[in-house]
Amino acid sequence: MKGHEAAQILKSPFKRFCCNFSKYKSLVFMMLPLTIIIFVNSYLPMPGLIMAFKNVNYYDGIFKSPNVGMANFEFLFNSGDALKITLNTLYYSIIFIVLNLTVAIIMALGLNELRGKYKRKIYQTLFIMPYFLSMIVISYLVYAFLSPDKGFINQTILKFFNIESVNWYSTPNAWPIILPIVNMWKMVGYNSVIYLAALAGIDGTLYEAAVIDGASKWQQIRFITMPCIKTYIVVMILLSMGNIMHSDFGLFYQVPMNAGSLFSTTNVIDTYVYRALSTLNNVGMSTAAGLYQSLVGFILVISANLAVRKIDADSALF
Amino acid sequence: MAKAKKYRFNEVSPVTSVILNISFTLFAVFCAAPLVLVVMSAFSSEQSLVNNGYSFFPSEFSLDAFKFLFSKPASILRAYGVSIGITALGACVSVLLMMMYAYPLSRQDFPFKKFFTFFVLFTMMFHPGLAPKYLVYTSILQIRDNFLAVLIPLLTNGFYLFVIRTFYKATIPPTLIEAAKIDGCGELRIFFKIVVPCSLPVIGTMGLFMTLAYWNDWMNYMLFISDKTMFNLQYLMQRVLNDARYLAENGSAISASAAAGAPTSGMQMALVVLGVGPLLFAYPFFQRYFVQGLTVGSVKG
Repeated sequence: MKGHEAAQILKSPFKRFCCNFSKYKSLVFMMLPLTIIIFVNSYLPMPGLIMAFKNVNYYDGIFKSPNVGMANFEFLFNSGDALKITLNTLYYSIIFIVLNLTVAIIMALGLNELRGKYKRKIYQTLFIMPYFLSMIVISYLVYAFLSPDKGFINQTILKFFNIESVNWYSTPNAWPIILPIVNMWKMVGYNSVIYLAALAGIDGTLYEAAVIDGASKWQQIRFITMPCIKTYIVVMILLSMGNIMHSDFGLFYQVPMNAGSLFSTTNVIDTYVYRALSTLNNVGMSTAAGLYQSLVGFILVISANLAVRKIDADSALF
Repeated sequence: MAKAKKYRFNEVSPVTSVILNISFTLFAVFCAAPLVLVVMSAFSSEQSLVNNGYSFFPSEFSLDAFKFLFSKPASILRAYGVSIGITALGACVSVLLMMMYAYPLSRQDFPFKKFFTFFVLFTMMFHPGLAPKYLVYTSILQIRDNFLAVLIPLLTNGFYLFVIRTFYKATIPPTLIEAAKIDGCGELRIFFKIVVPCSLPVIGTMGLFMTLAYWNDWMNYMLFISDKTMFNLQYLMQRVLNDARYLAENGSAISASAAAGAPTSGMQMALVVLGVGPLLFAYPFFQRYFVQGLTVGSVKG
């Protein structure tokens, strides 16, 4: 074995590659199918990014369409669209991170203290259930509550208090509150399971020692639990900060029912990219907005990861 | 046994326990309520829906909405078929292919590990965006209105790949593979005879995640499928809600009954019940794998 490796180092890089390849060719062939799929899904589209700098028309074809330089970006930023969708995206991302984190941690702490294995399981089953529903189903569930003429809120709750019914699907100001609630409803069980796993990893003897020293439950949470999962929480926040430019397309497209009157508060970058492509049929603009999102997102992921590596090298992506 | 004792020793006070249970029950109600509302609406008569709207306690129950949906079941049954077929095929193929990609990455001695890891990692950091991707599927591969267009986009997921790799790193000792090699096993045989049987837990977890991804997919149908006979259940539901006329256009029997006061609002909710049904019944049985998968995923290596 040793002699073989020494011989390899002496060879030229190309020969070494060939030698390695022939030795491991069956492993490489095993990876081939998915390599092709990944290439098609993520690498083949990259040359298409050139459309961001072109005025695409199907007569000339994509690569022969006239170059317009930065015009697509100029239009995007001068029209104010870019600012609006960026602010919307950032607003929702930050609210989601804060809300989901706090609720999930409180929930995990509570579940951890709960006596009775079955009770805990039943609660958990109910909390995770929303995660299994598709955004289409969720949009129906929300519609059952918010429908202007038949919705539960208008027909039952508001009627009960004698308040005039509200047409939620044309009230943009309500959605910055509705969407975080919907998102929390969907994600909280899922997130609490993750934190519950982190809590399970804490050394039980720490608590025993604390109890002997006369620590109350609150003191245990404050001085043992929180410090123990602090790194973990920071890592989770940083990793989600890296994804701050991306949002759940379904949540912002399906749940507000694609209602035009709600665009001022529900249009995020992802929905803007889709609408520019499908309804405005402006391929150049759609690509430009997508490229803007990808580049900013790329920088954020890299910096978030650098930060994570400083705090806890094992949790870093690379 | 010892653990149970320790817990009793550091137990929350009875008052706190009651408060915890009450708040968790309330939250459980908050989680389940929307679904209960939809199920109740699906089983209420159209008249009570018109009078009282969607309600937790409808004034009158009826099966009209379901009867109506099954009076011309072709489009729903077909959508069910598409959903089940694509989900089964997609989940199996994607789990197998991901395992075949992740296993070499977990091998310490695999010389191209760095390259293939970066190949995946980069796709997790940089997304080319919707428009170029759309272009690849429609112009280069030309798979519009082809089931490949809904299969290929979901086949791979960088995060899951790393979860599987981490699993292999933790569970399959290099000595086991070495021993098999000495016994004269080829790489493929090692994979199928030793690695695959060892990876049942990860197959369960990833199978569940991929089933979920394919069953709940609608976006790829929205982008690439325009043939009504190829819709899956989720996308059919979206179309029904977004334009109530859609079903009417779909068959003369339905449009005739639509004119005679079809239970449209109840029907939408009945369709949701049909769409959620199978998954929700199966879910409590698979929850274990789900929780397991989340836990594996949170321990990165």
